[in-house]
Amino acid sequence: MSAHDEQDHDHGHHEDGSPLNYADDSRHDFSETDHYPLLVEAVRQLLIEKEIIKARDVQERLDFMDSRGVEHGARIVVKAWTDPDYKARLMADGTAAVKELGIPMADLELLVVENTAEIHNLIVCTLCSCYPRSILGLPPDWYKSKTYRSRAVNEPRSVMREFGTIIADNVTVRVHDSNADMRYLVLPERPAGTEDWSEEQLTELITRDCLVGITVPTIP
Amino acid sequence: MSATPSGEIMPAPVYGTGETVSIIVAFPPGHRRTPNYIKGKTGVIERYCGAFINPEERAYGLAGLPKRHLYRVRFNQTDIWDEYDGPVVDTLDIEIYEHWLRSGTGETA
Repeated sequence: MSAHDEQDHDHGHHEDGSPLNYADDSRHDFSETDHYPLLVEAVRQLLIEKEIIKARDVQERLDFMDSRGVEHGARIVVKAWTDPDYKARLMADGTAAVKELGIPMADLELLVVENTAEIHNLIVCTLCSCYPRSILGLPPDWYKSKTYRSRAVNEPRSVMREFGTIIADNVTVRVHDSNADMRYLVLPERPAGTEDWSEEQLTELITRDCLVGITVPTIP
Repeated sequence: MSATPSGEIMPAPVYGTGETVSIIVAFPPGHRRTPNYIKGKTGVIERYCGAFINPEERAYGLAGLPKRHLYRVRFNQTDIWDEYDGPVVDTLDIEIYEHWLRSGTGETA
């Protein structure tokens, strides 16, 4: 589908002053006049012409993909932060625990990895851009970029530093290459000082980026 | 032995959690799910993920059966990259199908 053309969903990372624009090389991958976008468009028109699908079906599907955001992911994390039994189930079987909240997971297997005082997790898909869309929505441009996909595996600390995330040397940085059938969700550490916070307040702390591990939740 | 949903009998997974394995060095043409940077490297099985339709065949419209066993394999970053600039505690987990694994240490340890 033409998700790559939807620039309004491909936020770069200017807001926190990242010096590298990871969005740029992703755009180079998908020029509208390249082979694959043209092929997609030709197939789309053929399917409509032969009345296999309607133009509206395509638009509805795109609207559906657009409508999904980080809300499901944030809900899962807040539940895990506030309910130790749920957290145990989430860590043991991510797919089942997510379905338990009524969140659809399609046929994907979800694996939840927990950030602790000893381990910080970072997700990348070096081969394409596998991403748990059913709980996080569309992946950001930087996640799809060749720059991120190649650098996140061999210099994860430098990449995170560019996003403002500094991990101490005595903490293991564990990169997960999401190259096959699992999908990953990072369970961030609940920030100290939020013990009395309501679920609504906690939800506000959770961004898409901290569920991929490129940042950590911070108290404003 | 266990029956797949399609009724086929497939062998049990060969490797167990904690076992030392290495990634086969091969460059077959076509759609492959094992990236080059990990080929020849040595790690340990972190967990068994289950059996999945073989994406390397499904990419070409084939059924991808029998299913293939999938594992997560954990590597020390310093074993993957000669010039890794982070501390020795850093690791990388990656999903590897059984047909890309062999027992013991790899060609480029």
